[in-house]
Amino acid sequence: MRVNLTVNGRALHADDVWEGESLLYLLRERLGLPGSKNACEQGECGSCTVRLDGVPVCACLVAAGQAEGRDVVTVEGLAGRAGLPEGALTPVQQAFADAGAVQCGFCTPGLIVAADDLLRRDPDPSDADIREALAGNLCRCTGYEKILDAVRLAAARTGPGEDRP
Amino acid sequence: MTNDHRLRTGGRTRGGVGESAPRPDGTLKVTGEFAYASDLWHEDMLWGHTLRSPHAHARIRALDTTEALATPGVHAVMTYADLPAATHYGLEIEDTPVLADGVVRCHGEPVALVAADHPETARRAAARIRVAYEELPLVTDEATATAPGAPVLHPGRTDAHAAHVPHPNVVHRQPVVRGDVTAARARADVVVTGDYEVGMQDQAFLGPESGLAVPAADGGVDLYVATQWLHADLRQIAPVLGLPEDKIRMTLSGVGGAFGGREDLSMQAHACLLALRTGRPVKMVYNRFESFFGHVHRHPARLHYEHGATRDGDLLFVTARIVLDGGAYASSSPAVVGNAASLAVGPYEVDNVDVEALALYTNNPPCGAMRGFGAVQACFAYEAQMDKLADALGTDPVELRRRNAMSQGSVMPTGQVVDAPAPVAELLRRVKALPMPPERQWETAGGACDLRALPGGLSNTTHGEDVVRGVGYAVGIKNVGFSEGFDDYSTARVRLTAAGGEPVVTVHTAMAEVGQGGITVHTQIARTELGVERVVLHPADTRVGSAGSTSASRQTYVTGGAVKAACEAVREKALARGRARFGAAHPAWATAGLRLEDGKVVTDGGEVLALLADLLEDDEPVEAEVEWRHRPTEPFDLRTGQGFGHVQYSFAAHRAVVEVDTALGLVKVVELACAQDVGKALNPLAVTGQIQGGTAQGLGLAVMEEIVVDPATARVRNPSFTDYLIPTVLDTPAIPVDVLELADEHAPYGLRGAGEAPTLSSTPAIVAAIRRASGLALHRVPVRPEHLTGT
Repeated sequence: MRVNLTVNGRALHADDVWEGESLLYLLRERLGLPGSKNACEQGECGSCTVRLDGVPVCACLVAAGQAEGRDVVTVEGLAGRAGLPEGALTPVQQAFADAGAVQCGFCTPGLIVAADDLLRRDPDPSDADIREALAGNLCRCTGYEKILDAVRLAAARTGPGEDRP
Repeated sequence: MTNDHRLRTGGRTRGGVGESAPRPDGTLKVTGEFAYASDLWHEDMLWGHTLRSPHAHARIRALDTTEALATPGVHAVMTYADLPAATHYGLEIEDTPVLADGVVRCHGEPVALVAADHPETARRAAARIRVAYEELPLVTDEATATAPGAPVLHPGRTDAHAAHVPHPNVVHRQPVVRGDVTAARARADVVVTGDYEVGMQDQAFLGPESGLAVPAADGGVDLYVATQWLHADLRQIAPVLGLPEDKIRMTLSGVGGAFGGREDLSMQAHACLLALRTGRPVKMVYNRFESFFGHVHRHPARLHYEHGATRDGDLLFVTARIVLDGGAYASSSPAVVGNAASLAVGPYEVDNVDVEALALYTNNPPCGAMRGFGAVQACFAYEAQMDKLADALGTDPVELRRRNAMSQGSVMPTGQVVDAPAPVAELLRRVKALPMPPERQWETAGGACDLRALPGGLSNTTHGEDVVRGVGYAVGIKNVGFSEGFDDYSTARVRLTAAGGEPVVTVHTAMAEVGQGGITVHTQIARTELGVERVVLHPADTRVGSAGSTSASRQTYVTGGAVKAACEAVREKALARGRARFGAAHPAWATAGLRLEDGKVVTDGGEVLALLADLLEDDEPVEAEVEWRHRPTEPFDLRTGQGFGHVQYSFAAHRAVVEVDTALGLVKVVELACAQDVGKALNPLAVTGQIQGGTAQGLGLAVMEEIVVDPATARVRNPSFTDYLIPTVLDTPAIPVDVLELADEHAPYGLRGAGEAPTLSSTPAIVAAIRRASGLALHRVPVRPEHLTGT
């Protein structure tokens, strides 16, 4: 089948998609966007988190066909969708790099999409709120402390009340 | 002292040793552009898939691939009969079949390979391979493995341990005997014994086993793969392919964590075999289910301990028997046994010791390296014993530990004198001195209740009733580097050149960056040693000599040491060139001590003699390649365990604060503080991250992580992230870290390998805290709710 969708602001399509393929497979293997990671394929780890019509989802749990006609934002598109110039990092991305929140980095794209979503909803989250919002994203390297630091840092740098793109 | 050191080595160049320099791969990783092994793509590539055994022990009576081969889209199916050369491989003992050799010895053992043009086609074709299994009797523990008439899993062993083991189903056995336990027992006022059990933990790195093999025109193959040691892979793959090593060019691709789980081969040889068979690039990516079968796990262990002390609390003797389940194949079991045996007593001074550690061959999943490597299991038991002894003596558990803590100059049970700082008592003091987290943090303003701060969390199982707080302490000792006489070296090639009028350093090693930040440290070392800010890292590959394994907390020490030594050689060559070229212009070239700093040649008095760029312009690059070794070790005596077996020791202590819902058996770890000596923090941010990450893995082992193997069938029952739980951010508490830096004069910059020690004491500290809260003895990890409720 053919699937048409918008990814990171661009209208794209893929042909010969097998019905059993996930949105994650479609992004990674057919659309050349491997930033979303595949670590469990059953929605437990959050490494494949993308925004689907503005809502964070595990791309591994969305059938490719379900994405027909919909709007997807992946980690590769966060900066562009925020109106930042090519090569610039979003505040969340910059904070993850600065705070030591990245080790192997396999969980990072999913966490960044999830943290970005949190700060859109709540520009000044408490620690408990951060933990709850990121509870669907597994990290095996960091013990999460520096991920919390990164989200706090991004929140502090952006400042509550400012418009978040 | 620190300041002098940094001045001597050009500390004024930004981003050098001792700074929290950013990761060179950080930007790529936060934008999603970093290429992990599972992201690789090649035109015309095929997908490889592995058919695995559903049985833990069975003879293969028949194997029919006809239907699989006839599936449209399938390009190759391979079985044992199709292997071109060596049929077995292994890290230490070549006992692991590339594909099942007529018998499968564990659940999930690879039986056949398929290459197809879509991963689903490959999976479906594999399902069409017909295998007739005849199930065989299982050995699953020490009793069944060593019973009279037990099936011998590897008959006709000729490996280095075969001659000294008590039974052919014992991989390796190592005693450590020192002093006179019998006499000491007679003098002991208090003796405590205990039996302990550690479940099978999985590394659960997030990036599954993956790689891409590309056949080359010369009949060889290029392999891009996520691994912990390129050259060890190469040494094992080449005989399997029947190719000389120089026909196999390996390049490290992005590695999504490792923790020991990538020390053994997974898909490396399989992908190469399929690529050479089909003449097409072949990509293999395990899914999470397969990953649980694709790598070895932490050895589950049964441990029996006996501690004797005077009534004042002086340890008189320790005996221990540690039985590790190595599963179907040896992997690194012999070295794990060596660690468990030599570190069995913990970081304490004990004159009389009788230890026996062994690893079994069973039909359980193969076990091998995981962060902590034999020291984790022992630490859980000896720290439980120390608490038990403190209870028996009516003394404070931390005070008992401090009283018996080893220090620099102490003698290990192996007879090895600890010749570097061993601040065990100081770490305990520091971790105990950290402020305690407030009580009843779930109580919020206005009398409301934040469920997220309670055991059971948003399941809303308690509002504080039946919740009891407990505090526990533990400390551990881990060896750093490869031990027991292993020739443990690393290679580094460093090149200094000028580009666009600026000096640039290129560092080339084969070190596997698995997330730990070794590449960051390499750039920092190059900046410090050569006074050049711009450092380029060459991709890790087999075009340079081995960097050894990214394990055993060794890479900063050994490959870092190699990079430092290569930089020093480059510096000397650069200064020699400067003397030859400019020496006549200024007498200081001959008379002063010179260093490289901020892109300049500077005298020790601070006078700038030349710009490095001027020295390098219009000339050959200055280059050096160094093979660097830490000081040698020696094997442990096979009967007594005596010997200078370890290069360096690493220490960490934890304080765990837990809250237990004693009615439901649910545990909330409230805080997990750690104090660790790292010798010298080359990158403080990164070393803290290592300590916190290791601590969290210890938490997982304490309260949730276990691969459950059905004892009746030896099949894995929970190979998924739905059923094998690793800590989430809600399970993981605040982890305050106190880093101590007492230099080890034997190591580069005085550093101490840091990655593993925090994984040891985290687990027993949490269990000690749960014991305090629950009043239960708790001899097994992970602690499950039913252990706390007795249901």
